[in-house]
Amino acid sequence: MSKHRHTLSVLVQNEAGVLSSLSGLFSGRGYNIESLTVAPTLDPAFSRVTIVTFGDDAVIEQISKQLNRLINTIKIVEFSSEDCIDREFVLCKVNVKEETRSDVLRVVEVSEGKVVNITPRVYTLQAIGNESQIATFIELLRPFGIKELVRSGKVVISRENEFINVKQNVGI
Amino acid sequence: MAEIETKVKKETMNGAKVLLECLRNEGVDEIFGYPGGVLLGIYEELFHCDFIKHYLVRHEQAAIHAAEGYARATGKAGVAIVTSGPGATNAITGIANAYYDGYPLVILTGQVAVTQIGNDAFQEADIVGITRPCCKHNYLLKDIKKLPQVIKHAFHIATTGKPGPVVIDLPKDVIGNKTELKFPDKIELPGYNPNYVGHPRQCEKALELLCRARRPVIISGGGVIPTEGYNELTELANKMGIPVTNTLMGIGTFPADNPLSLGMMGMHGNFWANLAVSNCDVLFAVGTRFNDRITGNVKKFARDAKIIHVDVDPCSIGKNVRVDIPIVGDSKNVLRSMLDMYDASQPNIYPDDKIAWIKQIDEWKQKRAMPVTNTDKLHPQNVIEKIYEMTKDKDAIIATEVGQHQMWTAQLYKFNKPRRLITSGGLGTMGFGFPASMGAQVGQKDRLVFNIAGDGSIQMNIQELATCVDYNLPVKIAIINNGYLGMVRQWQEKMFDKHYSHTKISSPDFVKLAESYGIKGIRVTKEEELEGAIQEAINHPGPVVMDFIVEPFEMVYPWVLAGKPINQVLLSNECKCED
Ligand SMILES: Cc1ncc(C[n+]2csc(CCOP(=O)(O)OP(=O)(O)O)c2C)c(N)n1
Ligand SMILES: [Mg+2]
Repeated sequence: MSKHRHTLSVLVQNEAGVLSSLSGLFSGRGYNIESLTVAPTLDPAFSRVTIVTFGDDAVIEQISKQLNRLINTIKIVEFSSEDCIDREFVLCKVNVKEETRSDVLRVVEVSEGKVVNITPRVYTLQAIGNESQIATFIELLRPFGIKELVRSGKVVISRENEFINVKQNVGI
Repeated sequence: MAEIETKVKKETMNGAKVLLECLRNEGVDEIFGYPGGVLLGIYEELFHCDFIKHYLVRHEQAAIHAAEGYARATGKAGVAIVTSGPGATNAITGIANAYYDGYPLVILTGQVAVTQIGNDAFQEADIVGITRPCCKHNYLLKDIKKLPQVIKHAFHIATTGKPGPVVIDLPKDVIGNKTELKFPDKIELPGYNPNYVGHPRQCEKALELLCRARRPVIISGGGVIPTEGYNELTELANKMGIPVTNTLMGIGTFPADNPLSLGMMGMHGNFWANLAVSNCDVLFAVGTRFNDRITGNVKKFARDAKIIHVDVDPCSIGKNVRVDIPIVGDSKNVLRSMLDMYDASQPNIYPDDKIAWIKQIDEWKQKRAMPVTNTDKLHPQNVIEKIYEMTKDKDAIIATEVGQHQMWTAQLYKFNKPRRLITSGGLGTMGFGFPASMGAQVGQKDRLVFNIAGDGSIQMNIQELATCVDYNLPVKIAIINNGYLGMVRQWQEKMFDKHYSHTKISSPDFVKLAESYGIKGIRVTKEEELEGAIQEAINHPGPVVMDFIVEPFEMVYPWVLAGKPINQVLLSNECKCED
């Protein structure tokens, strides 16, 4: 079986230790985490965790079941790239010289990014996009010299008219 | 107005008292524990409490094992209380043991004051962090008002779905606060909804497959115990004429004296049971997680079979073994709906094939393992068989430790009912059996309780002899004393050229030791003394230690070497693999 990347959107009760049980499950059972983001939902009693992981189908099924088994997990949805909108946010510091400045700005422009801070030799840029857009953004900047890069990890939302929210699943 | 308000002013109560009231509300009347600094408030309440009996053990690990023995023997959640820091860390093995075997416990751990948490205070340990991967759920109580709800949830989580241990960490200051005693009327666990009823279409498909089988086998595991699915399982097997084998955890769920019983399967299971599973065309597995001790080499496990797997825990399904018809649900409900469907049509397809299949299994039954040593010493197998003969009509509860004696007990003691064998399967914890037998005795005061022990294992919690004396728990401890960590020695004999590296183990004089505790001790060295000694132990009103000095070099057969397919069975030292 071949390994694929999968995105899991996990709705959990926003309680102490929940993130720890969740991440502990990955380390304890030898699953991979590529990225993990977590923040409260509209209802602050719950949080949304988005996990990007990879493994073959059987492993992903186990991960999903094991996550579900945690008492504080309300719902898990597994997304493939087609059925969701995914976005990631990056901030990066890039070298600029007199002769490269306009090229850097062009990359920002085509990537629909922004220059958020300017110093004589380093620009801080931001970009928001899906996986491949972010990858392209980084590749285009690489030749100029990336001094530092911070990524948020991916968040996703479904394309369908179905809503993964607390009300629908727990009746509150 | 003002007058009325003062009248309805809620009455508050000390947190420790509320805790005991909440336990009472859950039907708890006996707990196991060990006090400490942060628990002083609770123990003060216990001092005045007339509705909960507390059993003081001699080591916190034993408190948890005793609570598990109690849970196994009664079907109710076992409760234990231990202090912060070392008390709680001592409890970890017990908690993990209950977790892997799926028995319900509620464990109360003391904790330093919330204001001190994180400061490396005296006897502080992050017990919620430490227990997270080895308990079903845990709580750190930060607000005394939540105590009644937490207790209610803890018992609910521990006893439903796949049962397991729940830990509640109680900081000293929180439990010292006052609160109102008000039992919650609702369970509010939006993320916890065990699926009890199997999908009807899946049940139907499973029954169809089973009806059309020519060589069917049922595996019945420990998962059919919690909601008593074994009754339906036995009914279905009888009606359809399907042979049943048990996992170690499932022993007793199908009567050993039923002609369809194949006994235990797996690493030390019966030759015929392993062959039946390996050669069946439909395997109906209920309440087992297909541990490697059962499957051997998974790639070769039941290769030609279509597999139906019923379990209440979805994680067990498809984890180790490929499954054709998965059914997530409680075994009792699933089997009941299959029975109803079966009763409606009563199909009997391929009756001749089934007769031939049973005949084939009967032929395999001719091959059985025999003791491999031939000395005039007492044979461990004979001791266990004799205990069986002399207790079989007494509905005894038999606990074991871990090792050769455990496997011989599983093989030779014929259990016809569940909750009679109490043994550590998943974690395989030496030192479990004795405290568990105490807990079982507390839970079933009128029953005869044996602990069949190894000389190595018994020394892991031997301190509990004092507990037996204090509460006159008349547990009969039968030490199968072979002078070795026998099971490890057995592997060394086979795989490491008889290099018995650190497996020869010395022991105290167990008879004298027992006597120093004020307990009856009996030594048995000869076959002729067996019956008299066991009878004496049974007749004695208090605890007894029996020291059976047995042949050291006996081996447990049948034996499937780790990683081999389960049809490659060794039946003796000389024997090559049989398949
Ligand atoms: C706590 C613990 N430590 C180590 C082991 C590994 N182990 C499994 S069986 C065994 C030997 C048990 O010896 P004994 O209790 O004398 O039983 P016997 O096999 O001799 O019947 C050991 C060391 C274990 N299962 N549990
Ligand atoms: Mg031994």
